[in-house]
Amino acid sequence: MIIGERYQLAPKTLEAIFAALARDGVRVLAPRRVDQHVALLPVKSLAEVALDAVQASGSAKAAVFPPVEQLLSFTGSGQDLRLQDPEPTAPPTVVFGIRPCEARAFKSLQLVFDWDSPDTLFDAHLAMTTVVSLGCTQADEACFCTSVGGGPRDTQGSDLLLQPLQGGGFAADVLTAKGQALLGLAGELLPLGPEGMLEPAPEVEPAFDAARLPEALEAAFDSPVWGEESLRCLGCGTCAFVCPTCSCFDIQDEKRDGGGRRLRCWDSCGLHQFTLHASGHNPRETQGQRWRQRVSHKFLYFPERFSAAACVGCGKCARACPADMSLKEFLRALTRGR
Amino acid sequence: MASNLVSSTRSQGRPPLAPNVFRPQLVRVATVTAEAPGIRTFRLEFLDPAEGQAFRFRTGQFGLYGVFGEGESTFCIASSPTRTGYIECTFREVGRVTTALAACEEGDVIGFRGPYGNAFPLESWAGKSLVFVAGGIALPPLRSVIWNALDWRDRFAGVTIVYGARSVADLVYKRELEQWAARGDVKLVVTVDPGGETPDWKGEVGFVPHVLEKLAPKSADTVALVCGPPIMIKLSLPVLAKLGFGDEAVYTTLENRMKCGLGKCGRCNTGRSFVCKDGPVYTLAQLRHLPAEY
Amino acid sequence: MSVRESDLRATAARLLETGSVAVVIGYGAGTLGRRRPVFVRAPAQAGELVFDDECHQNLATYLLKPEIRRLGRPAVVAIPSVLRSLVQLATERQLKDGDVLALVVGDDGVRELADLAAVRQHLAGLPGSLHPAAKTEIARLSAMTAAERRAFWSDELSRCIKCYACRAACPMCYCERCTTECNRPQWIPVASHGLGTLEYHLMRAMHLAGRCVECATCSRACPAGIPVHLLAVFAEESVRRQFGAEAGAAGPAYALSSFRPEDQEGFIR
Repeated sequence: MIIGERYQLAPKTLEAIFAALARDGVRVLAPRRVDQHVALLPVKSLAEVALDAVQASGSAKAAVFPPVEQLLSFTGSGQDLRLQDPEPTAPPTVVFGIRPCEARAFKSLQLVFDWDSPDTLFDAHLAMTTVVSLGCTQADEACFCTSVGGGPRDTQGSDLLLQPLQGGGFAADVLTAKGQALLGLAGELLPLGPEGMLEPAPEVEPAFDAARLPEALEAAFDSPVWGEESLRCLGCGTCAFVCPTCSCFDIQDEKRDGGGRRLRCWDSCGLHQFTLHASGHNPRETQGQRWRQRVSHKFLYFPERFSAAACVGCGKCARACPADMSLKEFLRALTRGR
Repeated sequence: MASNLVSSTRSQGRPPLAPNVFRPQLVRVATVTAEAPGIRTFRLEFLDPAEGQAFRFRTGQFGLYGVFGEGESTFCIASSPTRTGYIECTFREVGRVTTALAACEEGDVIGFRGPYGNAFPLESWAGKSLVFVAGGIALPPLRSVIWNALDWRDRFAGVTIVYGARSVADLVYKRELEQWAARGDVKLVVTVDPGGETPDWKGEVGFVPHVLEKLAPKSADTVALVCGPPIMIKLSLPVLAKLGFGDEAVYTTLENRMKCGLGKCGRCNTGRSFVCKDGPVYTLAQLRHLPAEY
Repeated sequence: MSVRESDLRATAARLLETGSVAVVIGYGAGTLGRRRPVFVRAPAQAGELVFDDECHQNLATYLLKPEIRRLGRPAVVAIPSVLRSLVQLATERQLKDGDVLALVVGDDGVRELADLAAVRQHLAGLPGSLHPAAKTEIARLSAMTAAERRAFWSDELSRCIKCYACRAACPMCYCERCTTECNRPQWIPVASHGLGTLEYHLMRAMHLAGRCVECATCSRACPAGIPVHLLAVFAEESVRRQFGAEAGAAGPAYALSSFRPEDQEGFIR
């Protein structure tokens, strides 16, 4: 396989790759149906993958930033106190069948975890993860990848991009060495010539001009719009937890057997107690303030600091929100000078 | 074969590529001083003498002090960087971690991560006068700067300290207040809130902002450092402005809720700022660009 | 627009115009064909209100939120679960009689229920709260062996990420400081590992036993599609059977935290 080349990948060959991965104990996470739901879950075969779903409800960030992760463990006390670092290794993982929008999120996660000091746990996970994204043939009302610099066949963040071919099978673009190694499991593959017809990508009309957002957000800081728009927000952590780029976490100690461990676990700036002091003082007491922080962080502060987006326009937040909060709708209204 | 994929990406028992940034250093509680009801000062010494000798920090920086099994809490380093071999912190017992810390005795071992954050640019204030304005439990962040400045006394012109608490009992660093008062090169004004004085109280009675206004320190070539409860800060800033202190000449230090201290977890984000990285020391000019969410 | 909707909009506009309420909490058009809560404060906005079979969310949750309370006296579009919630919240002294105007939207127009007596009377004419689908599921789970049931819940809860959407959406979870937020001691581990997840859901089911209005808004809110409502509903049904109490009805309040000297159990004496 050559990086930068496109190959023809028949479903049977893809199934064989799955079988090889399963044999070698490689964890494969892919969108899988559970009753009415599509979740990103371990799969053992191609047949289990919900290829026809727009997206899974949760994101692949769990592969590199698990919901719960041990930072260190400790035993004893006083002079006998012993600390133990976690092993900075991770199980080899293939994230399969996520959408190009989600693949873009890995970069922004890496910026957060490594910008100041290297996060060895995150880095270990990322090194052991191969991303195989599946180009979109459909989009729904929640999608807004094109508003934030992405698109239904974008390659950023993917090691391998599969695009469905008319008549079945996939075009497989080898983008990195990891993609090369994964596709190499298939043995010899035919390069795909220009006659290989791709299924068309959906039209995703940009909902807003992201370049106008920083200025619009600065100007709107004292606007009543934050309180107004967040009246229906329930203040749960769903949007942050399903979001592929959200990375806020809590640190919690747990005691057991004469020692214990220090864990990090997902947290959300939307929760009331995120900024709550032990004294009872809460810098962001109202939901409007928390909504403003969320939006401003993603579209103003983060891009300013890192010159990169903290939103990939996947729409998972809106689809999952029990109160139908929609970043896309809100930002469209904001940039139209409501 | 798949094993190529596996072995090419699995690190076979290699040592960590970078240190575990979440791992604390171990420090022993050398002394415990009861400052005021619910408020203690710890003097901490590194268990590993080499670590103790190598430890450096700048005034204004903070650390995360942890009781294993309970969690970590954020306090500034209250001792001066000019005093090596130990660090000090002062804290109030108010929540889970500080309650566990308050239960520590001399000899107990706790965790320390730091120094984190930015610092007061003390070196750049050579030749200037310094005015410290503090209230209650907020004197500790400034105490580091005060002792640092006093250890470098001849670099600065005047040194003025205005400190107040709710009552005489609530004053922290009582012995050091006496030391500062006894020095001829420090102007110290200590005050308690009306009603907080004892019969033999010789200091001022009045809220810190009023006492500050009465004292009327000169603002020319002077830097003001302000730290206190929100209401004290809110009322002191206009006083300083009226005295001619520009926004670039007034410094404060923020205390946000923190968890990682490393700019990763997002908890201390205040507007565009990571308080653990861009702060906790800010000029008033910088503070005016942040939302009042601290 | 249906007749029901036009009646509702006219009612809302009139209530706001006369100043009899400051806000009408109802349903509006949402994304992806869903409905979302709307807070109509001006007569001209009444056109935002919709009412159809997609209106499921229990809007009573919003009545206790500080940001909503600040808006002033509310009217709420009240599907049966909302009515049951009003009664239960009043029983728990979270709402005062007459605080909230309930708007029941039917084919015969909009009925305005101004006090609890009217709400109770209306509820008495409605079928019981347990949805047939939930009844079937509970029967199916009850018929399992303990091992099978354990496997079922282990599998379902393995997808739980402790986002607390279930808690946030529930009208009965109004505690300003949830048990999960207590850290002295940390009763429920914060992390979403097996124990942290299981303990949270069991705790919530126990705290809802005798109080749950069986609206299933919690399960609808769950981003992972976990049928969490079954846990609370099962506990609720157990309380009804054993104590004769029923959330949202005129039964004894707080079955599990009421003590009477006549209680048969002796352990508390």
